[in-house]
Amino acid sequence: MTPLIRRPKSIDTVPFVLFRSYDFRTLLSLKISLFVPCFVDQLYPNVGISMVHVLERLGLEVDYPEGQTCCGQPAFNSGYWEEARSVAAHSLDLFADAEHVVGGSGSCVAMMKVFYPELFHGQPGEEKAKNLSGRMWEFSDFLVTKLGVTDVGARFPGRATFHDGCHGLRELGLKAAPRALLGAVRDLELVEMKEAETCCGFGGTFAVKFPMISTAMADVKCASIAETGADFLISNDSSCMMQIRGRMDNQGTAIPCYHLAEVLAAQ
Amino acid sequence: MVGQTERKIGVTGRDLILARIREGLQRRAPHPLHPHGDATPKLSDNTSPEQFEHWLPEVGHRSEEQLALFVRNCEGLRARFIRCMDLTTACRAFQELAVSHRWKRIAAHRGLLAIPAAEATGLPVLWTDEGYAAQDLDQCDAGLTECDALVAQTGSVLVSTQSAGGRALSVLPPHHVVLARTSQMVPDLACALRDAAQRYKTGWPSYVGFITGPSRTGDIERILVLGAHGPKELTILCVDDPAPGNP
Amino acid sequence: MSAPVVDFHKMSDRYSADLRHRALIQKALGAYYVKRDEFKSRFQSWPEARNVAASIKYDAVNHLDDYLVEFVEKAEARGTKVCWAPGADEARAYIVNLARSRGVRSIIKSKTMTGEEIHLNEALEAEGLEVVESDLGEYIVQLREEPPYHIVFPAMHLTRGEISDLFHEKLGTAATDSPEELTMIARDVMRRKYREADMGISGANFAVAETGQISITENEGNARLTTSLPKIHVAIVGIEKVLPKLEDLALFLPMLATSGAGQPLTCYNSLIGGPRQPGEVDGPEEFHVVLLDNRRTQILADPEQRDTLSCIRCGACLNVCPIFKNVGGHSYGTTYQGPIGSVITPHLRGLQSWKHLSSASSLCGACTETCPVKINLHHHLLQNRRNAVQEKPTAWEQVLFRGFAFLMRRPTLFKLAARFGFLAEPLRRAVDRTPLDPLFAWTQSRAFPPLAAEPFSAWWAKRRGKSA
Repeated sequence: MTPLIRRPKSIDTVPFVLFRSYDFRTLLSLKISLFVPCFVDQLYPNVGISMVHVLERLGLEVDYPEGQTCCGQPAFNSGYWEEARSVAAHSLDLFADAEHVVGGSGSCVAMMKVFYPELFHGQPGEEKAKNLSGRMWEFSDFLVTKLGVTDVGARFPGRATFHDGCHGLRELGLKAAPRALLGAVRDLELVEMKEAETCCGFGGTFAVKFPMISTAMADVKCASIAETGADFLISNDSSCMMQIRGRMDNQGTAIPCYHLAEVLAAQ
Repeated sequence: MVGQTERKIGVTGRDLILARIREGLQRRAPHPLHPHGDATPKLSDNTSPEQFEHWLPEVGHRSEEQLALFVRNCEGLRARFIRCMDLTTACRAFQELAVSHRWKRIAAHRGLLAIPAAEATGLPVLWTDEGYAAQDLDQCDAGLTECDALVAQTGSVLVSTQSAGGRALSVLPPHHVVLARTSQMVPDLACALRDAAQRYKTGWPSYVGFITGPSRTGDIERILVLGAHGPKELTILCVDDPAPGNP
Repeated sequence: MSAPVVDFHKMSDRYSADLRHRALIQKALGAYYVKRDEFKSRFQSWPEARNVAASIKYDAVNHLDDYLVEFVEKAEARGTKVCWAPGADEARAYIVNLARSRGVRSIIKSKTMTGEEIHLNEALEAEGLEVVESDLGEYIVQLREEPPYHIVFPAMHLTRGEISDLFHEKLGTAATDSPEELTMIARDVMRRKYREADMGISGANFAVAETGQISITENEGNARLTTSLPKIHVAIVGIEKVLPKLEDLALFLPMLATSGAGQPLTCYNSLIGGPRQPGEVDGPEEFHVVLLDNRRTQILADPEQRDTLSCIRCGACLNVCPIFKNVGGHSYGTTYQGPIGSVITPHLRGLQSWKHLSSASSLCGACTETCPVKINLHHHLLQNRRNAVQEKPTAWEQVLFRGFAFLMRRPTLFKLAARFGFLAEPLRRAVDRTPLDPLFAWTQSRAFPPLAAEPFSAWWAKRRGKSA
């Protein structure tokens, strides 16, 4: 169990945080381009909205290059790399001039940051892919690693458990960053579930190609969540949320599920 | 997919396999530690066995530390360790084992330490040096052997056909007793192997092995059971006397 | 005989829903996790140890011809007979011919997955030879006439009650729920078999080039007995098992034990370098090593996946794989299960027939994370999928993804499609969870969230419009 340590308000006001954590002028001059994956756009817009609120609260300029569609992962995962490249090329162009691209979904960010270079290996676009990789960030990673911020002035009362999305965890190395951010959220108590790092079973096309296996994996995850007695679930990947919440709804055991950004946006 | 070089008449299996390998290796594979680089396949300095000790579990440098570690390991392995200040004490300890375990017949080989210990029991001894029938060895309650080394890091005993009276003496009888000297203690596996290579440089015994605790299995519901096929009990009698000729 | 993919779906569906099986496997692996973590933490640096192990294996595999030649030279100098077997046929033929020519009637075996791979037991039994598996887990599944469930723990899926029933049925022994008593039953059976067998067949975990010795790792002692008492010892060894130097074992033996069994070292790690030497009191009169290729060179020739040959068959990837834990070892329908099996089986047995194993993964990466020799397992699954498509795309899937690409390159079209989806949603909900539902593969077991009335892009455009 990660206990909440309450910090005095005076130290934790946002401007102080900014001042303490980064060169003030450099920070405010950072231009952020938001990456909102296709299904977040259509199914979980609040995740994107929350990211905007949090970043703007920190005094940052947020842009959203319009015309975003999909990162191409479904085609990539199924082995249709030519088709995936065709879709990915569109994203490469969209973000070509962006200084820092920040996305809220571990799997989609991993697709662009880690897998685009593999997808374009030996193909035209390889340089663009490698270049984007260096400018690509997952949301919690950006806050903690790039900005050096863990307290974004959030308050979200209750007892929650955190699910580590596999791509974020293993492709992007995200374990501590989300927890550091959640640790600073006022009135939030975080309990770790036993199967925190176990895959929820989404895996993109896997979820519909092998639905029984996928569902069994979701059940293992849901049981672990239930074991914690948490009031709600937090994750840094909306695709995982879709899987876990979807199974809970089907089984009538649903608890509220929030994306990390939504928790951080709350005050 | 890449085709397999086809078998022609008169081409041996060896030639075919080597040809396939050489053909396949013409394309370079990235090094696991440099997945995107074009690093020439070369063994880095870090991989030399002298460096292993930096990453493997720590072993103290002093012999008392090593002995203490060995003893701790034995406890974890359920191997019995009895330190004896000299050979006479060891013989007595072995005799006590024979009595407490109600041995009727034991097996041993003619080693400097093993002979007096085996004879001290007064029991009939099957000496493997002259050759033996497996059926007879199977009837023995205990097998007494010497060893090549004791390994502190893992609590292992290194044996060979030369130091332990053949291959089966140390594994067929249900109780294996090792007669070792404290001076045979080495810190780790690398050291044990290095020493063995030196000791056997004129020719390796056909069997050399590390024995780490009594035989066990977890094949049934992952529950630990001792004495699966090999010995159910392992006892190490460790004599403090240096070997004759050594100070 | 149905296609492997059909069998896989049938079995994996059945096992995924089997809660008893799921609980049994969770329990079986629970203790392993604790022990594995404990002994990993004793390493001064497990990550560094992995790096070194990966580097050594990289050297071994990328100079495989040289090291194999060296191994054979050293082995033959001590009286070992070596058979270079390009395929399963040659390996089987060599061993069968050897048995026939020596008048062998009964054979005792210790665990060898390579032997499983070439279906050696079937070939020997077809010759009228008695073959007995001495490893407890292997013996159990042999009696049950089923394949091993796991490459390291063949009987992981069975309870003591099931084993007791099995022994009672096949051996006439009294029922017991004591694992110790059950083990002793097997021990007693094997005692006689070791002595009476004309030939012992083993595998090998490593083949040390420097010394011409094979290394066998075990806990039970059955491999030692299998390779000590019978007059003839045959070891089947995959060519990729080569390690350059004897001292490399100082790293690999502990890593194999820790990753594979959650032990610092297994009970017996035996180096066998030849038949009985002059002056030795026992040991086989003949020692044969069958070096098996069987398409390993095919994997070698693929520079992307060559590192797969670094595999030391520890089974750690199986133990962390959520798919394996839910579908169980038998669902794979082939010798090698879990992530490593899913990667190499398409190479060993045919890409098109076995590509489904590479697809049946959520790519969580736990396998890659745990592999002691740093094989990029989950990326290889992706590469197999790509290779399968490149070789022979599935018609409807290709149409689907071409359509997908067409749509996703056109933001306006994407928005239109999304709007259509939003408007058509009530229609879909009317057939929700029925086979008429286009999302049935999802909705049969999970709720699908509603499409947002105002997607993020719309919210942003509105906000931009307001502030303009």
